[in-house]
Amino acid sequence: MNTKLKSDSLNNFRQNALELFSENGFPKTNEEEWRYTNLSALEKKSFKTQPHIETINETLLTSHMLDDAWIMVFIDGHFSKKYSRLTQIDEALELTSISQLIEENPDKITPYLGKAVCNKTHNFISYNSAYFTDGFFIKLAPQASTRKPIQILHYALGSETRAATRNLIIGAEFSTLEIIETFIGESNSLTAAVNEVFLAKNATLTLYKLQTESQTAYHFGGTYCKQQPHSIFNHHNFAFGGLIARNDIHTDLETAAECSLNGLYLGEKRQHIDNHTRINHNQPYGISREFYKGILNDRARGVFQGRVFVAKDAQKTDSAMNNRNLLLSNKAEIDTKPQLEIYADDVKCAHGVTIGQLDEKSIFYLQSRGLDINAAKALLTAAFANEMIEKVPLEPLKKQLYVHANIIT
Amino acid sequence: MLSIKNLTANVGDKQILKGLNLEVKAGEVHAIMGPNGAGKSTLSHILSGKSGYTVTEGSITYNGQDLLALAPETRAREGVFLAFQYPIEIPGVSNIYLLKAALNAIRKHKGQTEIDAMDFLVWVKEKMRLLDMNEKFLYRAVNEGFSGGEKKRNEILQMAVMEPQLCILDETDSGLDIDALKIVANGVNALRSEQRSFVMITHYQRLLDYIKPDFVHVLADGKIIKSGDADLALELEAKGYNDLETQAASV
Repeated sequence: MNTKLKSDSLNNFRQNALELFSENGFPKTNEEEWRYTNLSALEKKSFKTQPHIETINETLLTSHMLDDAWIMVFIDGHFSKKYSRLTQIDEALELTSISQLIEENPDKITPYLGKAVCNKTHNFISYNSAYFTDGFFIKLAPQASTRKPIQILHYALGSETRAATRNLIIGAEFSTLEIIETFIGESNSLTAAVNEVFLAKNATLTLYKLQTESQTAYHFGGTYCKQQPHSIFNHHNFAFGGLIARNDIHTDLETAAECSLNGLYLGEKRQHIDNHTRINHNQPYGISREFYKGILNDRARGVFQGRVFVAKDAQKTDSAMNNRNLLLSNKAEIDTKPQLEIYADDVKCAHGVTIGQLDEKSIFYLQSRGLDINAAKALLTAAFANEMIEKVPLEPLKKQLYVHANIIT
Repeated sequence: MLSIKNLTANVGDKQILKGLNLEVKAGEVHAIMGPNGAGKSTLSHILSGKSGYTVTEGSITYNGQDLLALAPETRAREGVFLAFQYPIEIPGVSNIYLLKAALNAIRKHKGQTEIDAMDFLVWVKEKMRLLDMNEKFLYRAVNEGFSGGEKKRNEILQMAVMEPQLCILDETDSGLDIDALKIVANGVNALRSEQRSFVMITHYQRLLDYIKPDFVHVLADGKIIKSGDADLALELEAKGYNDLETQAASV
């Protein structure tokens, strides 16, 4: 464990996590939430925390940087001041590395750490709690909105590197935050990034995640959100990279809180991409919208498990979940499982799932307009993905997404 | 330009076309009329290369080439255009993207360079005026949420952009009210030229009030049973198809 990370309560928290993880290791397929994702390959590797290095592929890094954003760069889970762009930050905004806070002011993180997700949730959380080397701390003052979006750029570099970050996002009452998480890498690293999010009354957070790590990488990313009344949480999850990638997005809604979870997963070759969402309507008048699309080619496998829970008291909940999948090969696979668990009696909850192939009539229509069959298929595939990218209001990010999804506009 | 000889074709085990003959020369407008189930749409599908049909006998020659040997996209690039009876909606693909991709596919086939984006825009807007189409349609997804009339106008717009030699209009009048029909007909008439031929497939005579054909053929039970000039359509309108079919059967 990193000796820099001190304070007693923190030490206890990490010790407890380490014990939990040591007992059982990575989650197993006999756990319901992990039944479609086999992690036994991870047990055979020995992922290690790497020292902080700064000799990197700068072209790759800068090509992912967004213009006109504050940028925090993490290399193998270590904050890199050198590559970050953090000048003239708004006064209302606190933007610091977790390691710096632990060093200088650990009381700032103790009210939040482990409060949106506990170590027992599953063993990727305890793994992260035990091994995180750094992370980001973002806190925005009441009524404030930032001049620019914040980009967090995670770069996994070393072989069998463990890049573990623990991150806190705190939006005070009536604040508006916009954050982009970008994950890149060229190695067989293991990323474990856990975000804990706290939205006070009427706060709004729009969080984007773009994961384009190498096809030998392992990725776990979890975002756990606590939403106070009337807060709004918008999440856009673009899962393109990794050999085995898993995303957990969980949110707990209080009265009249709203969430919108959008996702697009693209798998090819032997990629395995698992998306796991949970929306807990704990109080009345909540609104949730979930829309995930997947495109799977070759022998890729996708998983979508979307769970909506409506507590007995959460009357007038309005929830809709939709998952659509496009299979481009006979060997591709999707396991999709929408789950509604409703204990209130006056609610509106809808869900739908489709799995299909490219439409023959549409292919012929495009051929009859001069496009060859491959161009026709590529265009229809891009059009399927396009719908999710179009939902991104942030133009520079949208452009990047088109490039990564191989969509020509 | 187009020569169809003794065309016999099946869908599955069922014979739909039973020895169809048709000659179309450059600049001619042919109307093919006939009752439901006669094989009109099958003919248009086979000409454009849609799968699901087996040609068991006969030939189709287009500008000296064996049309049946060409892939659908090659036929399109060589100037065969089908205006669909039921145009397909393509969510996520803008109209302007498809129009430009179609035009560039043809240009590439001819060994020409891709068209400049600005030049294209000016040019396509001119074509749209011909069809009384608002420019907003360029940025909408192909046919998505279009009314029946808008879809048919969009087909003619694609035709105007692709500048084909052989235009096959499959029931272009179906589902159109009289105003939309006039607009579509005006668009088609504006595209008539000495080099361009039309094969219009229709159930009703009313389209022919607006697009005057040089020849009218009656297709019944898989073959052409009668051919004539534009007056034949009026005769059909008055007497119906049954009369003719009975005559043909008794010959």
